[in-house]
Amino acid sequence: MSEEIKVSKNRLHGLWALTNRDLKKWYQNPIVFIIGIIQPVLWLALLGKAMNISSIFSSGSLPAMPQELAATFTAQQLQGLSAYFGGLQTQIMTATFNTPDYFSFMAMGMVAFVTVFTTAFVGISVVFDRRLGFMNKVLSTPVSRSVIILSKVVSASMRSVFQAAIVTIIAYLLGLQLGANFTPFSILGIFAIVFLIGFGLSSMFTAITLRTTRMETPQAIFNLVTLPLMFASSAYFPIDKMPDWLQAIANVNPISYTIDAVRRLMIFSDGYGPLVTDFAFVGIFALVVTAICIVLSWRYLNK
Amino acid sequence: MSQIEDVIKVEGLTKVFNHSLVAVDHINFSVKHGEIFGFLGPNGAGKTTTISMLITVLKPTGGTATVLGNDIAKQSLEVRRSIGVVPQEYTADEDLTGYENILLCADLYGIPRSVSKKRTLELLQLVELTAFKDKRVQTYSGGMRRRLELACGLINRPAVLFLDEPTLGLDVQTRAATWNYVKMLKREFGMTLFLTTHYLEEADALCDRIAIIDHGKIVVIGTPTELKDGLGGDIIKLAIQKEVDITDLISKIEHVKEVKKENDIYIIKSANGEVTAPLIIEALRANGNVVTKLSLTKPTLDEVYLMYTGKSMRDAEESRENVSRQRVAMRRARQ
Ligand SMILES: Nc1ncnc2c1ncn2[C@@H]1O[C@H](COP(=O)(O)OP(=O)(O)O)[C@@H](O)[C@H]1O
Ligand SMILES: [Mg+2]
Repeated sequence: MSEEIKVSKNRLHGLWALTNRDLKKWYQNPIVFIIGIIQPVLWLALLGKAMNISSIFSSGSLPAMPQELAATFTAQQLQGLSAYFGGLQTQIMTATFNTPDYFSFMAMGMVAFVTVFTTAFVGISVVFDRRLGFMNKVLSTPVSRSVIILSKVVSASMRSVFQAAIVTIIAYLLGLQLGANFTPFSILGIFAIVFLIGFGLSSMFTAITLRTTRMETPQAIFNLVTLPLMFASSAYFPIDKMPDWLQAIANVNPISYTIDAVRRLMIFSDGYGPLVTDFAFVGIFALVVTAICIVLSWRYLNK
Repeated sequence: MSQIEDVIKVEGLTKVFNHSLVAVDHINFSVKHGEIFGFLGPNGAGKTTTISMLITVLKPTGGTATVLGNDIAKQSLEVRRSIGVVPQEYTADEDLTGYENILLCADLYGIPRSVSKKRTLELLQLVELTAFKDKRVQTYSGGMRRRLELACGLINRPAVLFLDEPTLGLDVQTRAATWNYVKMLKREFGMTLFLTTHYLEEADALCDRIAIIDHGKIVVIGTPTELKDGLGGDIIKLAIQKEVDITDLISKIEHVKEVKKENDIYIIKSANGEVTAPLIIEALRANGNVVTKLSLTKPTLDEVYLMYTGKSMRDAEESRENVSRQRVAMRRARQ
């Protein structure tokens, strides 16, 4: 009883313990873990490969030139035309998607997609902890309120990074075409930007579900938020080809910046120019949302 | 460490929910060092609300309280560091093992792993879960879960342990076993214990002092004996063979306070039934009377509860069904 020990008075104590608990629940549950891997495979293989947009623009899609028309060209001219139309596919694709391969474009968008999915589950986990009483126990210990929230956010961000790595590997196996920008350091860059967006998104989902004990709430929010978040971004389609109103949204959507960063690091070939903006935007988003979430946790976790 | 006489001191503590429901209503009490203090009351009386405020999970609407000299509002972190809590519901993580759960608790208290691993094993031994330490909590029975919660509440060697309905939902044997654990804890660690219960026999068996709480108000505080004595002591009922009146004879016997005769049965109130009963038998025999029937009843807290609240605990328990239904309805409304 009288044994004196030094207990940690670090304000962040307990962060790793709680984070690790969440991670353990994830990697020790084979079903959740395997679904987390299979899901991106399905998305990539089905959606990514089915939408074979490049083939639309290939000269094979054009009807053969009518005989009368062809007769008006010399053989040399025909050869030139054929070369022109043959190269058109790459040109249109590159002009539109900044890469000749739509699968690569889409696959790198998918990296952000799985992050949204992964972080959205944080809301459910917060509600579970409340309902099963675990939250009550934690609240009665000297762990600071912000640490309780941060542990959710950190574990979700780490899971997002893992999922992003899986998507990248699968995409590579399915024929991802790396751009001239790619270097081995690009991988680290992806991890960094995904960690940041994961931080921001999971803070957002946590903040929304902080007060509720009902399962339906995070699910409803998930449905409400994920679709617009994905489609009002550059995940499937370049922003500058969107209607103005959608462009306005997509231009402030942090997902767009994440995706741009990922593509720039992996499949684009025109330099790293906007990368700084991407990181700055996503970083500030993460910082602001996390700060809001922590302030809310002080307020709402003390009833 | 200088010992604080009043380990818990509560003054005018009040909690109002949603500006209308007064769950705890200006309560005052203090808990002395080393005692087991019990909060006894039916469901919905405000026991959990009181504990939640004392463990700094819930903010009081009014009043003050100190735990080990620390103000629950201003020094909540110090309070949380020095107390242990065993909540009403099971709070362990079902997906983790018993061992992992206790270790997690230790981490939450900032106890270094070098110490906590050893302590965890000791505690598992103490609550007899060593054999199940690497099993997931999912597979534990109700009694095992309670013991695990108990172990978690002890990981930081708290000076005060709060137990909210420690035997709720347990069968009779497990309940008795839990009482033994609680008594052992007090013996082994010299802790101060604050517990709530809605079982009268539990309060009676465990507590040094009891506060009866009803509708958020403390109606009476005292030792179980004091409370029962307040009712006027033990009741002896007897019948004799002969048709003579022995009222005067009995009234002269030691400790006897009152004698009544109802249909040939004498109802005697005594401050100490065990002493009085043999004396009565002896006195009657000396007088040539033969006792044919005799019973001794000690007053229970049930009667105490009835006296102070005007209703029996059982009735209150029945109306709790309504309370909890109401509570569910309110919770729905709030979200
Ligand atoms: N979070 C809450 N919001 C609103 N009312 C509550 C809340 N918690 C408890 N109550 C109400 O306060 C009263 C006391 O509840 P509680 O302290 O849980 O009782 P006990 O633990 O004695 O059974 C009840 O009427 C209950 O409905
Ligand atoms: Mg209760």
